[in-house]
Amino acid sequence: MHNWQPGAALQNLQARQQLYRSIRDFFYRRGVLEVETPLLNQAPVADPNITPIQADGNRWLHTSPEYAMKRLLCAGSGDIYQICKVFRQGEAGRRHNPEFSMLEWYRVGWSLPQLMQEVAELLQLALAERYPELPVRSYSYRQALQEFAGLDVLSCSDHDIATLGRQLANADLELDRDGWLDVIMSHQVEPALPRNTLVFVDNFPASQAALAKILPQADGAAWAQRFEVFFNGMELANGYDELLDADIQRQRFARELAGTGRPCDERLLAALEQGLPDCSGVALGLDRLLLHATGADNIRQVISFDWYSA
Amino acid sequence: MATHATNEFRSGLRVMVEGEPCIMTDVEFVKPGKGQAFTRVKMRNIRTDRVWERTFKSGETLESADIQERDMEYLYEDGEFWHFMATDGSFEQLAAGEDAIGDTKKWLKEQEVYTVMLFNEAVVSVTAPNFIELEVAETDPGLKGDTAQGGSKPATLSTGAVVRVPLFIVTGEKLRIDTRTGEYVSRA
Repeated sequence: MHNWQPGAALQNLQARQQLYRSIRDFFYRRGVLEVETPLLNQAPVADPNITPIQADGNRWLHTSPEYAMKRLLCAGSGDIYQICKVFRQGEAGRRHNPEFSMLEWYRVGWSLPQLMQEVAELLQLALAERYPELPVRSYSYRQALQEFAGLDVLSCSDHDIATLGRQLANADLELDRDGWLDVIMSHQVEPALPRNTLVFVDNFPASQAALAKILPQADGAAWAQRFEVFFNGMELANGYDELLDADIQRQRFARELAGTGRPCDERLLAALEQGLPDCSGVALGLDRLLLHATGADNIRQVISFDWYSA
Repeated sequence: MATHATNEFRSGLRVMVEGEPCIMTDVEFVKPGKGQAFTRVKMRNIRTDRVWERTFKSGETLESADIQERDMEYLYEDGEFWHFMATDGSFEQLAAGEDAIGDTKKWLKEQEVYTVMLFNEAVVSVTAPNFIELEVAETDPGLKGDTAQGGSKPATLSTGAVVRVPLFIVTGEKLRIDTRTGEYVSRA
């Protein structure tokens, strides 16, 4: 007998409907345009840490709608948002499903702190029923590592980082500096962040900039203008002060794509050459948000049919 | 020998880790939004029974471990080994040494069926059934009138195990014992 039953209870399907309604209402009232972009694209994500699913005919399922939405921004769309399914090969677990729902939005002319404020408002709205008073705390990446892992990322050596990483992983995983920082962040810092609080972490190491600007800060170092939002030990959203410079983007793509066999998104680069307006953008995992909104403890409980029962 | 990549890791998977046979008891996929993916695994070393945690990088592989569980009936002890016989009709016999028997020694009863775990065809552990019926070999006579208080006293069972029993239990009675906690459940 095949198990045909859904993993989500009816009230969790209803919670999803309610969440999507309130998100659409939120953006409608703020004059942000809802858009759709293709799921199947000719150029996949460049990030080597994310594995796209390749479909027939050299098309890839998108891992986020970022590239296409930026082309819309370059074409003068103004503020836009999208609710869509995205696909990441191999990412399955208690808090991951390889096919998941994402909310991504862009604010033209907005600074990163302005966008962080809006993200906090949206999350407070979405979680209001279970968490009527949801405080917000902010840390820089440097502060978070200092406070929760006792490590100053600016002054400590690669060896210090690897030593702590190896201890946390209980194994030598042969990682580079950023890889060991990911171990420290995911094994030590995330679980130690304040509970029942929206925690924003910003100013990431320049080596982890992805598609964000890198700007010098008060401590004299240059930091990637990115933020992540954590709630009860789980990452919910990832935002950028978007990199505008097409040449720098081309260099980052070339570095990331080397050896992956994936083609470069020339359409995005052509759009960036035309000009991306100054903007900030963020991607938010809706299944995880629902998990917290409903009190579920496994992502399977908020998805009708998860990866294994799809 | 088959190998398993991190995306096949799941609870119950039997693998060789750093030369030791282990059973995974908890598997968690960990991935920072823009970073390296990891799989955190809790596992039990079936030779030492030690539970430990280790992180793997996505894509790492482990060799599967030749770990088997068999239902076997306890036969006898020869002073050095404890002998068991398969209940699958093969009548195959296996011997377990002191290390493999461990604490289960005090729950061994002839003709009872135990779970015998084998690694590379050698017995590494023996687990008693959750509940077992054993006779009281010796206990102090019950103190009259104390039954309502629910008091208890020690009783030595036929296997040598000592358990706390209610005051009304007398020598020669058969008791039902929970072997996981070593507690008296009821009269059998």
